[in-house]
Amino acid sequence: MGFNLYDFTNFTHNLHLWFFENMSTGWATTVEWLLVGVIYLAIVALLGLFLIYVERKVCAAFQQRIGPNRVGPWGLIQTVADFIKMMMKELITPRQVDRFLYNLAPYIIIVCMFLTMAALPFAPGLQGLDFDIGVFYLSAISSISVIGILLAGWSSNNKYSLIGGIRSGAQIISYELSISMSLITMVIMAGTMQFSGIVEGQRDLWFIFKGHIPAFIAFVVFIIAGTAETNRGPFDLAEAESELTAGFHTEYSGIKFGLFYVGEFVNMFIISAVAATVFFGGWMPLHFPGFDAFNNVMDLIPPIVWFFLKSFAIVILIMWFKWSFPRLRIDQILTLEWKYLLPINMFNIILMTVIVLTKFHF
Amino acid sequence: MKSIINYIASIFKGIGSLLAGMGVTGKYFATFWKYKTQEYPENRKELVMFERFRGEVIMPHNANNEHKCTACGICEINCPNGSIEVISKMITTEDGKKKKVLDQYIYHLGMCTLCNLCVKACPSDAIFMGQNFEHAVWNRSDLNKVLNLPGSKIEEKVIKEKVEKQE
Amino acid sequence: MSEIKEILINSDNLETDEYSVNMGPQHPSTHGVLRLLVTLEGEKVLNVKPYIGYIHSGIEKMCESLAYNQIIHLTDRMDYLSAHMNNEAVCLCVENALQVEVPDRVKYIRTIMDELMRISSHQLWWSAYGMDMGAQTALFYGMRDREMILDIFEETFGARITLNYNTPGGVMFDIHPNFQKRVKDFIKYFRKILPEYDRLLSGNIIFTERTKNNGFLTVEDAIAYGVTGPSGRASGFSCDVRKHHPYSAYPFVKFNEILATEGDTYARYYCRILEMYESLNIIEQLIDNIPEGDYAVKLKGVVKLPEGEYYQRVETSKGDFGVFIVSDGKKNPYRVKFRSPGFSNLFALNSMVKGYKIADLIAIMGSLDLVIPDIDR
Repeated sequence: MGFNLYDFTNFTHNLHLWFFENMSTGWATTVEWLLVGVIYLAIVALLGLFLIYVERKVCAAFQQRIGPNRVGPWGLIQTVADFIKMMMKELITPRQVDRFLYNLAPYIIIVCMFLTMAALPFAPGLQGLDFDIGVFYLSAISSISVIGILLAGWSSNNKYSLIGGIRSGAQIISYELSISMSLITMVIMAGTMQFSGIVEGQRDLWFIFKGHIPAFIAFVVFIIAGTAETNRGPFDLAEAESELTAGFHTEYSGIKFGLFYVGEFVNMFIISAVAATVFFGGWMPLHFPGFDAFNNVMDLIPPIVWFFLKSFAIVILIMWFKWSFPRLRIDQILTLEWKYLLPINMFNIILMTVIVLTKFHF
Repeated sequence: MKSIINYIASIFKGIGSLLAGMGVTGKYFATFWKYKTQEYPENRKELVMFERFRGEVIMPHNANNEHKCTACGICEINCPNGSIEVISKMITTEDGKKKKVLDQYIYHLGMCTLCNLCVKACPSDAIFMGQNFEHAVWNRSDLNKVLNLPGSKIEEKVIKEKVEKQE
Repeated sequence: MSEIKEILINSDNLETDEYSVNMGPQHPSTHGVLRLLVTLEGEKVLNVKPYIGYIHSGIEKMCESLAYNQIIHLTDRMDYLSAHMNNEAVCLCVENALQVEVPDRVKYIRTIMDELMRISSHQLWWSAYGMDMGAQTALFYGMRDREMILDIFEETFGARITLNYNTPGGVMFDIHPNFQKRVKDFIKYFRKILPEYDRLLSGNIIFTERTKNNGFLTVEDAIAYGVTGPSGRASGFSCDVRKHHPYSAYPFVKFNEILATEGDTYARYYCRILEMYESLNIIEQLIDNIPEGDYAVKLKGVVKLPEGEYYQRVETSKGDFGVFIVSDGKKNPYRVKFRSPGFSNLFALNSMVKGYKIADLIAIMGSLDLVIPDIDR
């Protein structure tokens, strides 16, 4: 089959041909779809469980504690135990909710999460959807997930859920602007919106080193906007609003709340994966132009390991934000976006354009 | 122009303060093996409480099953909320004299506030503060304890000292 | 055109709905059982009405049936974070009524324990305040450092918070031989840690944006409501009992009274941080010079105060704590009344919060450092 840990293109191509040779076209297509779906479901489930465990351990490390260590070796099965407990909880539906929207809201978020995950390049050849407008597709899909939050707040028939949902919706819509603009900055550098093209363009040097100052500013803005986008860290007013309510997911219990919760963690992983791809090279190992021996050593590590290492490093950076800073108020969140991040982004785009046109980069 | 300078300066000062905060937490994250959690109950064997720790009131008995309590009742008077009940009985000694001895020393651990007034007031050093702190029981009546062991009697030395003091 | 402008500027003419929200007795941010009835207009707070009494235990009534050395263990449980100072207040009141002079050693020990207790109370306040603001690591750092003080207490007294160490006439038993070394180690360690607290929370731009310029308490309001302690001193009200009516070993030490003029939430916060530094200075001046001597004066028989009314004030970590004993010559007091600082501080909340948002209400209430059993007794 040509299984090569360093380049999956041949393997997937041969698998695709094998399906189409041995089954009729209809069956082959269906089996392929099912296979891809099951693989992505497995990835999301495992990632969600593992990320919650990582969060608890990292949080404990910041606070000089141990974290979960009783359930399984080093507490690895802790999240499975939590998941089983959540499955056994009663699904309480308040009487006067808008039933269809109330049930639909978590699924919109989950579906958008799967759609964005499909566009990420895990390794050369391992990418679900490889559009030539990859970056644009990503920001478009992440804008749809706002609808899930607004629906959850609206359909709960609860004054405080509505306030929390509207606030969270306003926050996410504002920060999408910053995310898209900082991604556009890097598209200017790369010259293409296709994710595999962006990764290939970083073969000689990662973009964050190549486009020195504007790329660094774009990275900082992207990380701040990314944490705000996923309602995490110092921007978690909507859900940690223990002052009055628990935000837009107050009325959800049991596994529906579990879907919101896992959705938040996997969204955080997707944001860090996009940051790793666009700024730090995705699955491309660290290369410095001219240091061939060093580059060969770096090439020994498989690309899929590079990808996950970079993503988890940025995930830990986002968790570092959450555990160090107090919470911002809603008007301060919106002030930060519209009065600080947006002008910085605009200035940065102009700066990056000037640098690309005058070839003042590495 | 000044407002633009203030704007940019405020951005840098703000980011600087945030990085300082991250530095503090990062320092503890980088040395995560120096955690301060005590892994109870696995460390019960090495756990040593301070000697003055107030865990509960105990009445130590020596090797011959003797205690020092003369049933004077001073601890019961001093206890603010009635956690001690001293029940005494009159017995006749070999000389034919009637003497008050301790029958039961009832201690309500559930009501005790561990204020140490009884231990301080005891004239014959019969009761002390023990160091056991694991008092959870399944039945609330197990918290009413009788501190003197069955069949124990007072030490002869204490009676002699008491007689000498009275003379 | 100008009429529309006028209507928009005078928004008092617009009809808006007011609604009341209950921050009930069980709430993560109220630090105890306190009920607040908050009247809101949109996001703005119009009025806050506190309801207390959920943890009223009848301590003052219980004292009427106990002897004078037995009422001390009840005062531990009122403001449990400054238990030693409460005990000291009652002991000083009884000693002044009996006109008994305690040895110098007792005064030094009492003052050192007071200041250690003040530091531990401010540490717990800082941890809880950070947690309210959202920085949950602050909780663990403050508690980790507080454990060192609690270990010192446990070694000498046997208890960590509810100490019951003072009796009328002195203290119950002498300090442990390790005491001085442990306290000196703690002072060295804590002086290195306090700048970390500043870097984590005080200097943080998110924190200063949330706490500066809200929750103003003018000095006239502070005097009118009787807000004492660091909350009052942050408005400029000079009310430190240790300076104005010194007791125990305070006449022998030199320290500054921390005053500020702004009166906003950040001033109240920073006054407490500076007070921790001052407490370290006081302990350093006293720890090496503890005079030898008795640790108590033996009071004859059962303590009976002569007839009359006696009052004593001490400076706890929350403010000015007072004990008022009315005696009719018997061995139980006729009436004991405690003037608790939390009671006066809480009811100044209403004037501080008007016009600010709900998130600010949490910040302002945290900066007052309320302990609810102190208010309810």
